[in-house]
Amino acid sequence: MEKTLAEIKEEVIDSFSMYDEWLDKYEYLIELGKNLDSYPEEEKTEEKLIKGCQSRVWLDSKVEDGKIYFSADSDAIITKGIISLLISVYSGRTAAEIASDDFKFIENIGLKENLSPTRANGLVSMISTIKRIAQENL
Amino acid sequence: MNVTEARKLFPILDSKVYGKDLVYFDNAATSQRPASSIERLTRLSLEHNANIHRAVHALASTATDEYESTRDVVKEFLNARSRKEIIFTSGTTNSINLVAYSFAEAFIKEGDEVIVSEAEHHSNIVPWQIVCQRKGASVKVLRIDDNGVLDVESLAGLITDRTRLVACTQISNVLGLVNPIERVVEIAHSKGVPVLVDGAQGVVHQGLDVQKCDCDFYAFSGHKMYAATGTGVIYGKEKWLEQMPPFMGGGEMIETVRFSGTTYAELPEKFEAGTQNFNAIPTFKDAIQVWKELNSKELTDYADSVKEYLYDALSKDDRIRIYGVPCGTVQKIPLFSFTVEGVHHEDLALILDKMGVATRSGQMCAEPLMDRFGVTGMLRASLAPYNTMEEAEYFIKSLNRAISMLK
Repeated sequence: MEKTLAEIKEEVIDSFSMYDEWLDKYEYLIELGKNLDSYPEEEKTEEKLIKGCQSRVWLDSKVEDGKIYFSADSDAIITKGIISLLISVYSGRTAAEIASDDFKFIENIGLKENLSPTRANGLVSMISTIKRIAQENL
Repeated sequence: MNVTEARKLFPILDSKVYGKDLVYFDNAATSQRPASSIERLTRLSLEHNANIHRAVHALASTATDEYESTRDVVKEFLNARSRKEIIFTSGTTNSINLVAYSFAEAFIKEGDEVIVSEAEHHSNIVPWQIVCQRKGASVKVLRIDDNGVLDVESLAGLITDRTRLVACTQISNVLGLVNPIERVVEIAHSKGVPVLVDGAQGVVHQGLDVQKCDCDFYAFSGHKMYAATGTGVIYGKEKWLEQMPPFMGGGEMIETVRFSGTTYAELPEKFEAGTQNFNAIPTFKDAIQVWKELNSKELTDYADSVKEYLYDALSKDDRIRIYGVPCGTVQKIPLFSFTVEGVHHEDLALILDKMGVATRSGQMCAEPLMDRFGVTGMLRASLAPYNTMEEAEYFIKSLNRAISMLK
């Protein structure tokens, strides 16, 4: 059976809590970033660029069978890992599921607190872009 | 004084971050502060907090003495002719804006030109763009070569009879190369053009004898040279400052105020409008004292060996490109901006941080330089005389580990 959004979030929290040290957590994020599906160069457009990040992040989406699928890229690998983490949770969910989600699992893994202020702002921008895309598809 | 003794002056250097010993390599952004600066700031706040100059009570008297005696110390430090030439500001940016505004009011007209170097911090570009736009004047650029070395001899050809000022940094905050500022002054003066020197980095690593250099203006901050934040200086030759109108109105800068017209105070108060940062400015006294101690032969030799080690380690690594390559007579300070092939500067800074190493990543307030070298940003490690060889070795080890994590 397909996993629920709650189950997937639990999995992310679990895999993050396996690492005690933040350096190891970053190593995990770097791996996620490296393994993210490739993103077409021609989609690296100004309108797909997320504003408010110090490194460049592009986020694209498509809707199939009532579900939203995200793809993304960044020129910085840790940022790419972070967006990959978000995509792994929210890609393949319905607009209603995403729009009504509280995005609290980010706080549970302590990610935002451990980013530099500019990165934390970038994370906030990524989340609000995902929310906006969901709202537009309601 | 050796490096162990030097470190004892700076309480924060014993800190740990993420359980690891702090390695502070972001000194070009702000240096750490010695206990003496911190204590004076605290003491003035606790025991002598009063607005300076006007009041007749005891607290105000001590506060005024502390503030005005600092002017004498700075005057001596720079070897200025007169204390009238020392104006306190909130920092380098404030200092340059003061000159840009007031100098332009007096001397810059439509069709005139200001020359800035390509290696300037935004704070020595944007104020000139603003005043030039207001006056219908233009900004011209003194170029650097691919090594980051200032093409100083091209300055003579750039100067025209419409050139009103040359603004140039003593040491770039990105390249770390020591500019031949005396030569810049010599060329500009031979054509009758005054020179403003941005000393934000230079004052820390070299200091400046303003009479020997003969520059017309010299701007620097306190927080990069061991004083409290929110402090700065603009040195200006009296002949210029006398002819320039005030930058801001109000507070200390007046002589008499009538609705029919106001007259201004004499120098230096003419340029010190409003309430000055009187608790913090006196920390320049401690900062300059520590600066002198850190410039001992023993420590300078040691710092040079740390610098050589880092430069060798970084420059022999094929993955690394250093910006600002010392050559010929051009010296480099222990400030290394570089990029690593295939690795984002921000990722490196973030991983290094988790290893306890504080560096800076990004454009470093010098976008024209980033464009010049075709990069979106760089990683910068900048050292102070209290940094050790062990820290430098740990930095190289950490950098290698970070690169292998990220590649």
